Amino acid sequence: MAAVVLYPAVHLVRASFGRYSITGLYTGWVGVDNYARLFRLDALPTVVANTVVWVAVVVAVTIAISLALAQLLDERFPGRRLVRWALIVPWAASLIMTSKLFAWIYDYYFGILNPVLLALGVIGQPVDWLGDDRTVMGAMIAVGIFVSLPFTTYALLAGLQAIPPDVYEAARIDGASAWRTYRAVTLPLLRPALLVAAVLNLIYVFNSFPIVWTLNDRNPGFGHDTMITFMYKIAFKSALRDVGLAAALGVVNVLVILAAVLVYLRVAWRQEAEG
Amino acid sequence: MSGRRAGLAAAGVLLAGAMLAPYAVMVLTALKPERELRASPPRLLPVEWRPGTFLDVLRDPAFQGWLAVSVVVAAAATLLVILAAVPAAYYTARYRFRGRTAFLLVVLATQMFSPTALVVGLYREFFELGLVNTYAALILTNAAFNLAFAIWILRAFFASIPREVEEAAAVDGCGRLATLVRIVLPLARPAVATAAIFAFIAAWNEYIVALTIMTDPVRKPLTVGITSYVTAYVQHWNALFAASAIAIVPVVVLFVLIERHLVSGLTAGSLK
Repeated sequence: MAAVVLYPAVHLVRASFGRYSITGLYTGWVGVDNYARLFRLDALPTVVANTVVWVAVVVAVTIAISLALAQLLDERFPGRRLVRWALIVPWAASLIMTSKLFAWIYDYYFGILNPVLLALGVIGQPVDWLGDDRTVMGAMIAVGIFVSLPFTTYALLAGLQAIPPDVYEAARIDGASAWRTYRAVTLPLLRPALLVAAVLNLIYVFNSFPIVWTLNDRNPGFGHDTMITFMYKIAFKSALRDVGLAAALGVVNVLVILAAVLVYLRVAWRQEAEG
Repeated sequence: MSGRRAGLAAAGVLLAGAMLAPYAVMVLTALKPERELRASPPRLLPVEWRPGTFLDVLRDPAFQGWLAVSVVVAAAATLLVILAAVPAAYYTARYRFRGRTAFLLVVLATQMFSPTALVVGLYREFFELGLVNTYAALILTNAAFNLAFAIWILRAFFASIPREVEEAAAVDGCGRLATLVRIVLPLARPAVATAAIFAFIAAWNEYIVALTIMTDPVRKPLTVGITSYVTAYVQHWNALFAASAIAIVPVVVLFVLIERHLVSGLTAGSLK
């Protein structure tokens, strides 16, 4: 099994040092040439900036909203079971289908979003959500958050339910307010679940492909690509069709996510040691 | 107190509404006849309700083919994940052995690799092995990339089962394998269910590897296949959305069946 995961990783590294013809045949060893060309690409700074914004905003907002949702679903109220089932739907739907659905909802001429927002008075005139450079990233981020909520909420809900009821009892006896109890009792005890949710989201969101791929597909160039879709375009879609170059970016991608996760874990563990 | 409950219920309704609204648009669009799709500005509800699109999609041989591929690939990958993860997780939870930490670190590292990050390498690998366009390639890929999460969830759960339970079974003359199958696995049902549903959903919804290595039209899974309802040449948005809605149903049903297990399975995982 490890072979299926590790072998392509080895392959990827090897390919990143090679040159390939446009039909995908290996034509020779070129050393670090692919990496040198990668860092000279004009599109790279934009793509890196897009990736940082995409990952940071989606993960942060998802966690913040999920904390509230998990709290809600942990309470008893009529219909809770049905609400939990509803939350499952965006998770059960494949990302590519949800992405196509949002491409349709956002559509300038035929999408339902513009008429709804016009009727509500939120916007004064129709917006070309996916065609306008100012709105396309925000539109993609909204979908990214929407699809990340179910898993994150469930992970945090599981963490909430692992907290023994007697610690709340103790806080109540000590006369702590609801907000104080939440900050002093719930959040610290929720830290393991938060850590898991944040790390997994970091990995998933960085590696996310269908949303950016689908919602951005009519915009030419690489102005709104993340490092993942950029890599795919270099390898299979653009005029470049350059396996070696794409492999070099693939290696960089894996290293970036590895570094991000390690830094996050270090910070989280240090806080835990201090707290 | 009842005012508080009503407030919570209202918040619940809002949340459910927000989660379901896009999918309501999906179903309503699928119910529109083709000519209404090009109405601008659009209407939310169809003028003429046409549920026939759902039947057309179900009767479409291409759709039936994609559905079959998805079912086979997702089921086989899930089975493979559970068969490989249960012994691995049980062994690492119960025995200390040389390289145990290294093994667990490798498991964690594979969680960081996604098929997306490795897709270029994967394509080269299957290209050279002559496995492009085979189900084996897709099943193996899906199984391999979901193994880490399954081992992780199962290991935490196995570790939380008291050893005494197994020692009692051993005293009663149960072998090691019999103990695992007859005593430990039934206890670990929530964790197995959680691992299985994660693997199944990930395989059912996998897109990029299938898009890259399954170029033969009759071997595509649903996720890749249904996008051919809307291309630069044909724009059957109603068929696309009918097919998408149908594809969601089996997963939601599966989910509802194990939802109770899901939270307790994840709880054990988040504690360790």
